[in-house]
Amino acid sequence: MGRYVARRLLLTIPVLLGASFLIFSMVYALPGDPIRALGGDRPLSPAVIAELRDRFHLNDPLYVQYWEYLKGLFQGDLGTDFRGRPVLDTIERTLPVTVQLALVAILFEAVIGLVAGVLAGIRRNSYFDNLVLVSTTLIVSIPILVLAFFAQLLFGLRLGWFPIAGTNDGLYSFVLPGLVLASGSLAYVARLTRTSLAENLRADYVRTARAKGLPNRTVIVRHTLRNSLIPVVTFIGADIGTLLGGAIVTETVFNLPGIGREVFNSIRSQEGAVVVGIVTLMVFFFIFFNLVVDVLYAVLDPRIRYD
Amino acid sequence: MTHLDLSKPTAEATPAGTPLLDVDDLHVEFRTRSGTVHAVNGVSYSLAAGETLAILGESGSGKSVSAQAIMGILESPPAVVTGGGIWFEGRNMLEMSAEDQRQIRGPGISMIFQDALSSLNPVYSVGFQIGEMFRAHQGMSKKDARKRAIEMMDRVRIPAAARRVDDYPHQFSGGMRQRVMIAMAIALDPRILIADEPTTALDVTVQAQVMDLLKDLQSETGMGLILITHDLGVVNEVADNVAVMYAGEIVERGTVDDVFTRPSHPYTDGLMRSVPQVEAKGGRLQPIVGQPPNLAHIPSGCPFHPRCSRRRLGAEAPPGRECSTDVPPLRLVVPGREAACHYSEEVLGVPAQ
Repeated sequence: MGRYVARRLLLTIPVLLGASFLIFSMVYALPGDPIRALGGDRPLSPAVIAELRDRFHLNDPLYVQYWEYLKGLFQGDLGTDFRGRPVLDTIERTLPVTVQLALVAILFEAVIGLVAGVLAGIRRNSYFDNLVLVSTTLIVSIPILVLAFFAQLLFGLRLGWFPIAGTNDGLYSFVLPGLVLASGSLAYVARLTRTSLAENLRADYVRTARAKGLPNRTVIVRHTLRNSLIPVVTFIGADIGTLLGGAIVTETVFNLPGIGREVFNSIRSQEGAVVVGIVTLMVFFFIFFNLVVDVLYAVLDPRIRYD
Repeated sequence: MTHLDLSKPTAEATPAGTPLLDVDDLHVEFRTRSGTVHAVNGVSYSLAAGETLAILGESGSGKSVSAQAIMGILESPPAVVTGGGIWFEGRNMLEMSAEDQRQIRGPGISMIFQDALSSLNPVYSVGFQIGEMFRAHQGMSKKDARKRAIEMMDRVRIPAAARRVDDYPHQFSGGMRQRVMIAMAIALDPRILIADEPTTALDVTVQAQVMDLLKDLQSETGMGLILITHDLGVVNEVADNVAVMYAGEIVERGTVDDVFTRPSHPYTDGLMRSVPQVEAKGGRLQPIVGQPPNLAHIPSGCPFHPRCSRRRLGAEAPPGRECSTDVPPLRLVVPGREAACHYSEEVLGVPAQ
């Protein structure tokens, strides 16, 4: 197991390099001049522009620019934005917001999704089961952007239950965006749990558990649920990466100062170093949580071994 | 080693006349969207302590369904027990609360299944799954249950039980997995063990070992054994009595020796003729023509009549014995032998009474 994890971690290095290069090229390919945009309404003097272009190697070809970036990276320097603020500081400032948002979202996803899925799976074709089926289909078919504005309008403005923007209310301000961010995955978790449970209830070993005279609770929880949760846990783990992607929309709509909103703003102002730094970090999270899932998989299912 | 403890009494005393298990006119249906499937249609049998009853029949004859009805583990819906009684030690299980039924499963009646790989939970160690019996029924601690699990694995002759107790089902061979199933089923010394095709998934040498084990365990504990199978060889070797099932009914019943040497139902007769014989090497086997009936549309009269070579239809038949309209009841043909055929005496070659 240890060797397997080490090998997988080593493999992340080429993946991260490749990802960062791809992102770097995409930012490079964006039209417009980020330096001119810096000045806003008051144009910068040609001397300043030339100086800045030179400092950020903007006149050099793509591969030279990327090489300069890598040189910094290997010294632990993620570079600075065009205003001279280190990217690392920006990440340190914005990451905690996104982590809180993601945690709230995963909590919703796991708790509501699992409970709904389990209840629907045990009582298939019941009223509740149908309710879960219809509502999850509805949620999955609405884009997250529409859902976010709708939630803001209904729960924030009309009903006034939740703040609609910013982080002034502490953890409470993450409830509505967390719910929006989690909604799609939540629906998927509910459906996956339901199907997996219903399928396992018909398994031969569940019949055996009944034949052993185990109490109904034990049959369901120990011999059905545990086996049914294997694919669900896998999904939730792998989904953390997807949540970070969804955070770009959610944080922008709800005006939360996390890495998602930062990426959005940086793309608009062509802050290459910021975009590359944060997106590469997202890629790393994605790879890392996939590895965690793979390891967890072996813990949950003894048939899976990595040696 | 505890597996050959001969100091134990062989059959525990049961009051004469009260069998361990009495199944009376059991009916089971499956109600599905595409119609009602009549899986078990009036099956009756009884089992005494120490007795081995083989229930013989092809797939879909209702033999497994009737066993699962006894265990109370039929999935309902779609399965519904529509009539009859299942009397275990004088109490009707069909009228018991679910909790009372549950308490019988394990210490009273226990069951082993055909495919041990899919019938054991892949994510728990075998020791844990055996130990669950002690924990659920006797409230034993996890640690003690593990110890008892090792003893049970010893008892079913799994080598190096203490070392293998924490292994998972997929780490065992097919024969060893079936032994794990058996260890689990006999953990609480059940009065009755139902073995549903226990050797079908195993190769021949392992089959013999598993059957030997079951016989030894039975003589140690005096439990009643219901052996569900379509393997005539296995029945011949281990069973005392046999009930032959066809289309959800028992069509013939008697001692194994009698039924196998002189069948009195055309279906049993057909089964015997379709078995390869060493003496008849080079000859052709005689199959039973046609297909087993669709249980959603069981033929009228005798369910076997469309495939029967001795059927009498229309004017050929004496009154009340027309095979496609008159249902033959299970009746005593000669002492110790029952069959559900209008012409059993003919099959048997004895004069009609």
